[in-house]
Amino acid sequence: MSSRDPVAALGLRKSFGRVRALDGLDLTVRAGEAHGLLGPNGAGKTTALRVLLGLVRADGGRVSVLGGDPWRDAVRVHRRTAYVPGDVTLWPNLTGGEVIGLLGRLRGMRRQDRVADLVDRFELDPSRRCRTYSNGNRRKVALVAALAAEADLLVLDEPTAGLDPVMQAVFADCVAAAVGEGRSVLLASHELAEVETVCHRVSIVRAGRVVECGTLTELRRLRRIAVDAEVTGAPGALAALPGVHDLRVEGGRVRLRVDPDGLDRALRALADLGVRDLQCRPPSLNDLFLEHYRDEVRV
Amino acid sequence: MRELAGTGALVRLALRRDRILLPAWLLALVALAVTSAVATTDLYPTAESVAKAVSALNDTPAMVALYGRVHDPSSVGALAMLKALASGAVLVAALAVFLVVRHTRGEEEAGRAELLVAGPVGRSAQLTAAMVVVVGGSLLLGLASALALAASGLPLSGCFAFGLAWAGVGVAFAAVAAVAAQAVASARGAAGLAFGTLALTYALRGIGDAMGEQWLSWLSPIGWAQAVRPFAGDRWWAGLLPLTFAVAAVAAAYALAARRDLGAGLVPERAGPVSPGLGLRGPLSLAWRSHRGALAGWTAGFTAYGLLVGAVAGSAGDMLSSEQARELFDKLGNAGSLSDSVLAAMLGVLGVLAAAHGVQAVGRAHAEEDAGRAALVLAGPVGRTRWLLGHIAVALVGSALVLVAAGVAAGAVHALRLGDADQFARVMGAALARVPAAWVLVGVAAVGYGVFPRASGAAWAYLIAALLIGEVGPLLGLDGAVLGISPFTHVPALPGADAQWLSLFALAGVAAALVAAGAAGLRRRDLTGHQ
Ligand SMILES: Nc1ncnc2c1ncn2[C@@H]1O[C@H](COP(=O)(O)OP(=O)(O)O)[C@@H](O)[C@H]1O
Ligand SMILES: [Mg+2]
Repeated sequence: MSSRDPVAALGLRKSFGRVRALDGLDLTVRAGEAHGLLGPNGAGKTTALRVLLGLVRADGGRVSVLGGDPWRDAVRVHRRTAYVPGDVTLWPNLTGGEVIGLLGRLRGMRRQDRVADLVDRFELDPSRRCRTYSNGNRRKVALVAALAAEADLLVLDEPTAGLDPVMQAVFADCVAAAVGEGRSVLLASHELAEVETVCHRVSIVRAGRVVECGTLTELRRLRRIAVDAEVTGAPGALAALPGVHDLRVEGGRVRLRVDPDGLDRALRALADLGVRDLQCRPPSLNDLFLEHYRDEVRV
Repeated sequence: MRELAGTGALVRLALRRDRILLPAWLLALVALAVTSAVATTDLYPTAESVAKAVSALNDTPAMVALYGRVHDPSSVGALAMLKALASGAVLVAALAVFLVVRHTRGEEEAGRAELLVAGPVGRSAQLTAAMVVVVGGSLLLGLASALALAASGLPLSGCFAFGLAWAGVGVAFAAVAAVAAQAVASARGAAGLAFGTLALTYALRGIGDAMGEQWLSWLSPIGWAQAVRPFAGDRWWAGLLPLTFAVAAVAAAYALAARRDLGAGLVPERAGPVSPGLGLRGPLSLAWRSHRGALAGWTAGFTAYGLLVGAVAGSAGDMLSSEQARELFDKLGNAGSLSDSVLAAMLGVLGVLAAAHGVQAVGRAHAEEDAGRAALVLAGPVGRTRWLLGHIAVALVGSALVLVAAGVAAGAVHALRLGDADQFARVMGAALARVPAAWVLVGVAAVGYGVFPRASGAAWAYLIAALLIGEVGPLLGLDGAVLGISPFTHVPALPGADAQWLSLFALAGVAAALVAAGAAGLRRRDLTGHQ
């Protein structure tokens, strides 16, 4: 399978013994976009990334990364990809700077101009041995090496876990800059905020398959809008309106969620009740996410 | 005793993690003891033959340096168990070091200790639990081997003295490892320090015994084990030596532990280079970086052993007239001169040790994958074969290098002692002849890692089997086909035998085929380990 999209996967399946980690996963990352792979722990995100990198072989399905087969043409594909694993372990007796330099040399990079700047921005001390680094610092080493690489596709597995908010902002800037240079990014995370700030499009993964995919706007358009109002009249009749869900009434306070095409009628009904205060909120990614995971959340 | 809170749970955890390794190792040691007893006692049916063999041994400085003296010319037990006592002691010590480091500094380095100590687990619990497991295991080993020996018909009191000697070695080296694990920040460094101590103390008693400088032997825990003199006086009080030493050393370890931060060693970490030097540029140089410390240690050990071999082999020549010595070495199946026989026997042991170095080096590749560092490299434009061959190359070159070091040392000293420059090339060649067989073990380890990563410990099992076949196989009169399982039985007994180029090339060819199979296996399977 070849494709102009940097990542094109169709019906990926992978089992580890009896555990089905990927169960028909479809995923497309378009050129120049930052794509979020969102899902809770154990959804199969890491397995998907490892298949895309040819570190494990899918049991079934088709996959192409930068026009090549990541299992058969691993070396060729890897020349143009950079990877930050979810759990970064480094050589305890090498310094951070040595690891960054080594990973660059493995890619055949003679000059590593970006490194100094990235090391500064991430406030990393490259002269320390890796065994003395904290979790977050080890991740910074892997991030600097990946962002400095001349790669067309960045594959990042939970890249900001263990980073403080300032560093998360630096990371978001760096990803935006990479996208600005025309690179593509695939980012797996269970952090909604991270995906929301960094990614253009999102695929929501659940139990090894993508259950929802689109831009944030598209996803929102399909979703219910949250309405929070203070009214003077008795709001009981609202429940009967088409498209209205989850109505909750506390005295004069009304909270409900409404389908996009029922919004107009719901607002008119509210106005008839005498509105003193009104908030309409598009669904956050969090809402979308929770909608898909409600079963698990209840448990 | 809040410092010790949680020790019981940690002991159970350690026993669970070692539930295969510990029993397997103990069983192998008991088997070594029993096969030695059975095989050797049958060889010497009369009191006269025992006395002859004992005087031959005691008159051969090379044998005394390797295994020590027999202190009772009438005791078949002391004669039978001489080699097992010394070589088994090394295995007991290795097990003790491995386990103590694994459960103390190893846990700390992996970050798991932090998880435990942050909970209701005392600061000293980890060290205490490791000591409980290893000291308990040593005592169990002593008891089991005593009972097994008694069942094979040796005098009961001597059997227990033998068990005590082995248990004492385990206790002493558990204590050595406890101190090393507190002093050095990396698990590998700590194990290296403790293994270095083992090699040094073994050599100390070798020199002490061979040169008649008894005080040197008294400095060595291996010497203490021999001082028990099982089946030749049963000096029970010598068992107090390792015990006293262990109490003092473990107290020192506790004191060190109380003075340092979790994860730190005695030497504070210094800043290092901010970019890699020219020597760190690809998979091969990266593999070399992670092997070179250990290889330096192995090379030093092999050089020291080579010096010892060279120093004592020539003195075997003085014994050419001794009827008994002649007979003894004829039994070892060697037709050349006596000093050639000694050299061949000792270089044979080195060949097995060089193979152990190779298996250990291939194991580094596995450790890299388990830790997730391999994925970091292999996610770059580096093929799996290229990456694996980096480690294999270091394993192959390393196991050849240590043999060359031993050959140079032994050859030079032997040539000087005999005043015959030709001896250098002969001994060198004999050392090199052991290389292809050691490479076969590297190949077996490569197949284990590439094709059967879950059962990669099998390479060690094969090495131990090969060692046992070589040590007791001929004495037990095993079938040629069984002996042939060990690559070392295909090595000509150089110096002083036909070179048999064909079998040397065949061994090298087998090694190459095995390495290729291992690399092919790795290309076909999923990478495992951290994600
Ligand atoms: N090497 C492996 N062996 C066995 N099970 C695995 C392995 N890798 C992943 N799994 C299982 O596959 C499922 C998906 O895991 P993963 O891809 O790591 O999820 P995520 O990254 O979304 O948290 C989990 O149930 C996990 O336990
Ligand atoms: Mg994951």
